Amino acid sequence: MFETLSDRLTDIFTGLRGKGVLTERDVDVAMREIRMALLEADVNFKVVKQFVKRVKERCIGSEVMKSLTPGQQVVKIVHEELLAVLGEPTRLEMSQTPPSIILLAGLQGAGKTTTAAKLANTLRKGGHHPLLAALDVYRPAAIDQLIALGKQLNIPVYSEGIKASPPKAAANAVQYARRNANTVVILDTAGRLHIDEQMMSELQEIERAVSPHEVLLVADAMTGQDAVHAAEAFHAAVNVTGLVLTKMDGDARGGAALSIREVTGVPIKYMGTGEKTDALEVFHPDRLAQRILGMGDVLSLIEKAQEQITEEEARSIEKKMRTATFDLDDFLKQMQQVRKMGPMAQLVEMIPGMRGAVKQMGGMPDMNDKQVKHIEAIITSMTRQERRNPGIIDGSRRKRIARGSGTSVQEVNQLLNQFKDVQKMMKQLTSGKMRIPKGLMGL
Amino acid sequence: MRDLFRRAPKTPTPEQKEHIEEAVQKTREGALGRISSLFREQVITGETWDQLEELLIQADVGPVTAMTLVERAREEVEREEIRTPVEAETAIRRQMVHILGEVDFVPVEDMPDGTVVLVVGVNGSGKTTSIAKLATYLHHQGRSVLLAAGDTFRAAAIDQLRVWAERVGVPIVAHQPEADPGAVVFDAIKAAQSRGAQIVLVDTAGRLHTKFNLMEELQKLKRVANKAAPDAPVVSLLVVDATTGQNAILQAKSFLQSVNVDGIVLTKLDGTAKGGVVFSVFNELKVPIWYIGTGEKPDAFAPFDHLQFVNALFE
Ligand SMILES: Nc1nc2c(ncn2[C@@H]2O[C@H](COP(=O)(O)OP(=O)(O)OP(=O)(O)O)[C@@H](O)[C@H]2O)c(=O)[nH]1
Ligand SMILES: Nc1nc2c(ncn2[C@@H]2O[C@H](COP(=O)(O)OP(=O)(O)O)[C@@H](O)[C@H]2O)c(=O)[nH]1
Ligand SMILES: [Mg+2]
Ligand SMILES: [Mg+2]
Repeated sequence: MFETLSDRLTDIFTGLRGKGVLTERDVDVAMREIRMALLEADVNFKVVKQFVKRVKERCIGSEVMKSLTPGQQVVKIVHEELLAVLGEPTRLEMSQTPPSIILLAGLQGAGKTTTAAKLANTLRKGGHHPLLAALDVYRPAAIDQLIALGKQLNIPVYSEGIKASPPKAAANAVQYARRNANTVVILDTAGRLHIDEQMMSELQEIERAVSPHEVLLVADAMTGQDAVHAAEAFHAAVNVTGLVLTKMDGDARGGAALSIREVTGVPIKYMGTGEKTDALEVFHPDRLAQRILGMGDVLSLIEKAQEQITEEEARSIEKKMRTATFDLDDFLKQMQQVRKMGPMAQLVEMIPGMRGAVKQMGGMPDMNDKQVKHIEAIITSMTRQERRNPGIIDGSRRKRIARGSGTSVQEVNQLLNQFKDVQKMMKQLTSGKMRIPKGLMGL
Repeated sequence: MRDLFRRAPKTPTPEQKEHIEEAVQKTREGALGRISSLFREQVITGETWDQLEELLIQADVGPVTAMTLVERAREEVEREEIRTPVEAETAIRRQMVHILGEVDFVPVEDMPDGTVVLVVGVNGSGKTTSIAKLATYLHHQGRSVLLAAGDTFRAAAIDQLRVWAERVGVPIVAHQPEADPGAVVFDAIKAAQSRGAQIVLVDTAGRLHTKFNLMEELQKLKRVANKAAPDAPVVSLLVVDATTGQNAILQAKSFLQSVNVDGIVLTKLDGTAKGGVVFSVFNELKVPIWYIGTGEKPDAFAPFDHLQFVNALFE
């Protein structure tokens, strides 16, 4: 699963290395891998076809065939093409004469209401006086949801209740904003299916009633092949000016964004990265490209690590690893921190190239709370000297430690072996045998 | 608990075989009216297989599963001397129907009194609405239901479930926002026991399967439920949005690991998405699909029918 396209392409071309000149057929094999990777990432299959065609043309017409690292060259081309489709980050279009009007639309459960609150929060930080308007009169308690979010943020919410007509309420919200010196109005609409004619024409009416400066399509990063149909329909009904990709805090590869962007040409403006109202980020094309290629897991891993480990700590550990002074105290601390991030095996597998190394070691020990507690007991039963220099822990010391920690000698042995493995792994990492980003050294 | 609700895989009964034949028949008929160039051809070509593979991929079955299905159909075609594209498609349909028919289960309506159903899933998949629908459905089947407002996290999630409880006419146990969901579950089960409600449906906060703490919280909920209802089954129902792509496989794996998913509700099938990824989920993890959601009204809900599902994938 976490084997990246880059790894796969490198393998293919390594296999072909001895052959001398590469043929178009050889390139086709690589293209098949790219196709699979993109489809696995939920890029629409029609979009994949176009994309692979472009990549292939570039590969054949370029130096790839003569390169010593054709795999890397192809990855580079794929990456560049991805960036070309994804486009540059684009800012929100704000009106010269306030209030600016932002209309949010999308399928059910995409994240519109949450995004409305997040946008209001972000814009306020930028000096705006936002007004939220609740136009979802259909889903039970949808208005209450927006009101609750507004209350949390201390941002006003305009609502006419569930009996209101959404287009009229939208127009009234804008009037209200004018009277109250709000500089931006964010309209939260009900989720709707793109094939629901009645609901789509309601959306058009809302658009006509307020002439928004921005119409943002809110789409879930987990969406599959159908994303293009929905996006095309929304774009045909109203003039979509931007895309917000939500739930990027998960492990979805986000290929839907590439599809939507390719078929509508609409720029991606923001990414939602959590349920809280501050979890909104300006779109980073590079990160999404890496993620679609299956390399993005590293970035989320770094983020996870950063949540748990301060930069200073990371730097000190990196140094310890380099100078081989990483000791059992550090080991315990790391383990407690990593434990907070999730199962060890899963984390390690997120690192490209790490999978193979783990397999070689005969799998990664997965630890649960109880084991961590045991390890804690064992390590704290050691003397300072033993923790610094586990090499001195001989048979009699092991017995003492086992007794002191209420464990067995076997368990002490097991821990010391595990520690040795970790040290070995770290040596491999620091000796540059594995590609690993700097920020990850803290692990 | 899982095994309790799942009878062993079995070979198709004569009745099921008849169903399969019916599906095959439908294929033939349906294919005639199709515009797809696939069926203008009278002989199977490489193109036929490519198009079938694309059809599956388009339905979110996923490229690897699609390839495997096509590969197997190809072998069958060679063996059985099938010659037309329609027959090729039928071969794939038959495989899929067969795979989905492998596991039998007891649906919620037939579960014993005291059953607790944890409704889980990622954010926005349709958990709360599905609870309203399942409650309506169970009500029609003569079972009494009680709802537990276990999503104490999302803004106005409790109000949302309250509105449904009122509309559907079933009792609800709810605490304040931010309250401990475990306490809600415990109280709800105790309330159901004292009032004689037969099935407790627990709404839970949407959570991405990658969030370790939130998945642990879910495990805790299950432990609480087991403690409060020691003699009754506690089952987990995973709600999957049909518009979801390949990520649903990772979702199912995670939720399976954490609370042992017994069944899936596939929602939003009233759109244009086919939800093909649940086929792969089943193929890989053997988690059966129990129900489907086809709209926002409480009666837009039905037991999963694997023939109908497979046929729809090809439409
Ligand atoms: N068209 C359609 N919409 C649905 C269906 N099921 C749910 N919805 C809608 O999808 C949206 C999200 O549904 P909810 O039931 O709130 O989803 P949830 O999983 O409880 O969401 P969170 O608790 O916020 O994670 C709502 O707008 C529902 O009306 C369905 O089968 N078809
Ligand atoms: N993890 C995560 N959850 C999100 C994100 N955006 C929205 N959600 C959640 O997704 C669900 C549906 O969001 P909501 O705003 O109600 O969607 P709407 O139906 O389109 O208005 C809620 O549970 C939100 O908390 C996000 O970026 N990450
Ligand atoms: Mg909403
Ligand atoms: Mg809910």
